[in-house]
Amino acid sequence: MGKVIVVTSGKGGVGKTTSTAALGAALAQNGERVVVVDFDVGLRNLDLVMGAERRVVYDLVNVIQGEAKLTQALIRDKRLENLFLLPASQTRDKDNLTTEGVDRVITELKRVFDWVICDSPAGIERGATLAMRHADMAVVVTNPEVSSVRDSDRIIGLLDSKTLKAERGERMEKHLMLTRYDSVRAERGDMLKVDDVLEILSIPLVGIIPESSDVLRASNMGAPVTLADARCAPAMAYFEAARRLRGEQLPITIPGDKRGIFGKIFGRKAA
Amino acid sequence: MSIFGLFRKNKSAPMARERLQVLLAHERASAGSDLVSILREEILAVIAKHVELDADRVHVKMDRDENMSILEIDVEIPLKAALQAA
Repeated sequence: MGKVIVVTSGKGGVGKTTSTAALGAALAQNGERVVVVDFDVGLRNLDLVMGAERRVVYDLVNVIQGEAKLTQALIRDKRLENLFLLPASQTRDKDNLTTEGVDRVITELKRVFDWVICDSPAGIERGATLAMRHADMAVVVTNPEVSSVRDSDRIIGLLDSKTLKAERGERMEKHLMLTRYDSVRAERGDMLKVDDVLEILSIPLVGIIPESSDVLRASNMGAPVTLADARCAPAMAYFEAARRLRGEQLPITIPGDKRGIFGKIFGRKAA
Repeated sequence: MSIFGLFRKNKSAPMARERLQVLLAHERASAGSDLVSILREEILAVIAKHVELDADRVHVKMDRDENMSILEIDVEIPLKAALQAA
């Protein structure tokens, strides 16, 4: 049985879709069978970030309403044969998602894939609660900025109360993904530091993604950043995060500490 | 702004951190989740069956950290009712 991850945040624009695409691709690049599911009905974008926007025929709502089979709606990635996308509908609204329909689709996907990654819409409404409902674990995407941290706190509360796991009295595994991090600004005291956010939200860290033009370049091209340029800093951070999701224990590195090999040899800067 | 202000702006991150800590402590304690209000109602009903009490004097609070949540229930029972129960 596959594992279901929800990528969520409460606030919009913090990097849920980018992170879903990058984590999905990173896991698939490691040989896992992965499907990324867009839950943002009405405002779909995962197809665009994955570069599959012109290949969408059927979507999640079609499958839920019985107008298409799951196999007809799934889009296989052109670069990775074990990575699939289940797009959201662009024309209908989220009321077309029924709890039973989503139950059925996720159950079917879990049978076939190792990982089912659900890209949540922003907000705390129905679309977001349906996206998190079946999750075995959650990736909470947060920017080091007050409104994002506040909304993440709210989402953590929902993950602990509105999911099947919570209803069964089980513990939802939650991971913090800190995105758009700028270590220079944090060091200067102009941006919340990693430790500040960790202390406030008190969930374990799965990755720190540096603010980087590589992320925008990848989405311009329609490729997950781990596929667009596997060697760039954000891609490396996503690869590490994917390994942590698979259960590996890796030390967290704060990206942007641009100490090269000499810096590493001579250790941390004095003082 | 003094001339030094041009060179050294106050750091804003500590302010962000402090404001969030205060705000979230409040938000988690009060409205927070539906669960807390449901628990509050039901606990209140159970106790009210046996002792007379003031609904405003019942406080239910949920605190969360990495490994567990702590449910704190604070019920103030009026002296008169406490004597009756004893």
